[in-house]
Amino acid sequence: MTDTKVDSLSTGGERGAGGEGGAGVEGGAGVGAGAGVGAGAGVGDSAGVGDVPPRPVIQIVPLKGLPIVAVILGFLVASIGFNWQWGLDFNHVAGGGLWTGIDLFVGLVVGPILGRLSIPARAEFSARFMPKMVLVMPTLVAMTLASGFQLALDLGNLKASNPNHAWLMASFVVVGIMAVIALGILEPANIAVLFEMRKPRPNGEVIARLMKRFIYTAGITGLMQVATLVIMTRVASQ
Amino acid sequence: MSVSNPSARDGVTSQQRFAPVAQLGAAALVLVVIGGIYMASYAPRRPPLTVPILLAAASGALLAVNLVMLVRTRGLAWDKFFLVGRWALLSYVIAAGLIEFAFVRDHTRGGPLVVLTAMLVLFAVDVPLIISFTVARYQSLRSDAA
Repeated sequence: MTDTKVDSLSTGGERGAGGEGGAGVEGGAGVGAGAGVGAGAGVGDSAGVGDVPPRPVIQIVPLKGLPIVAVILGFLVASIGFNWQWGLDFNHVAGGGLWTGIDLFVGLVVGPILGRLSIPARAEFSARFMPKMVLVMPTLVAMTLASGFQLALDLGNLKASNPNHAWLMASFVVVGIMAVIALGILEPANIAVLFEMRKPRPNGEVIARLMKRFIYTAGITGLMQVATLVIMTRVASQ
Repeated sequence: MSVSNPSARDGVTSQQRFAPVAQLGAAALVLVVIGGIYMASYAPRRPPLTVPILLAAASGALLAVNLVMLVRTRGLAWDKFFLVGRWALLSYVIAAGLIEFAFVRDHTRGGPLVVLTAMLVLFAVDVPLIISFTVARYQSLRSDAA
């Protein structure tokens, strides 16, 4: 473990020196399964060393958050293991509400605001915001899905004869689509952008190329989240 | 934030071509997810296994092809690949273990458990592979040297 500090994903990034002329980049670094936020990368037309504020140190995985994640996952495992009704309800309702809420809020409210901020402000926000989402969103997704499946089994909603069966199958499809987008497209791009932003001179073209993924998938994930709200409220009211 | 001028250095970066590891990985992930949904849709009954086995086999074949292509890749930032890959692997092994635990807890046994476990193994290997390759390809020596 001697090399951990050097090699760990949590190692702070280098502080950039000065700016140089070049094209600004706009785009969003996404969170979890959902929409993106404006990522920070870009340069002014004639920014010199003295004109560019120091870049924030980027910690890709905030280690301080890991114990909290461990406690939450322990609570989730205990809820499933002991079939603890309140624990399952709490994990599913709290996790699902936050997952959907954060996804839509970031995509519909925070993202457009960030897009109108100055590039340094956008960069500073993204450098602090995105690493936290690396921990927050997967934790919320795990809470929601694991407890949700267990609840559906316990309540008999998965039985073919149950009126909620079809809705839950639709929910599986929605979650499946979001999982593929989140795990196969957005999360890799999110981590890659963070690595690029840690470089002394981030490559704007690389960031822009990765950011396009968030733009392409934002509509789909937003639609899926609205579909989730419809499905879950239908299930709860039958 | 300072970003290097793409126009001054993208001569190499924008023309880099890597094998479609991430795309194939995503395709393998799609097959596993479909298989998982198919099996879950039968819960708590025992699902027919033909379709999930075929999906898992196809996903495994894609993953194998992917690994072969990956090994033959030149110019990848292998240090970053392994750095990201090992932590991502740890993370997704934990996630897969959590899912396995839930199904075992719900009395999934025999053939369905074997197929499910195979799918979870594919999932736990495939996603870190996509993540680490995506990071490493943009951290490659060729893009830095440009």
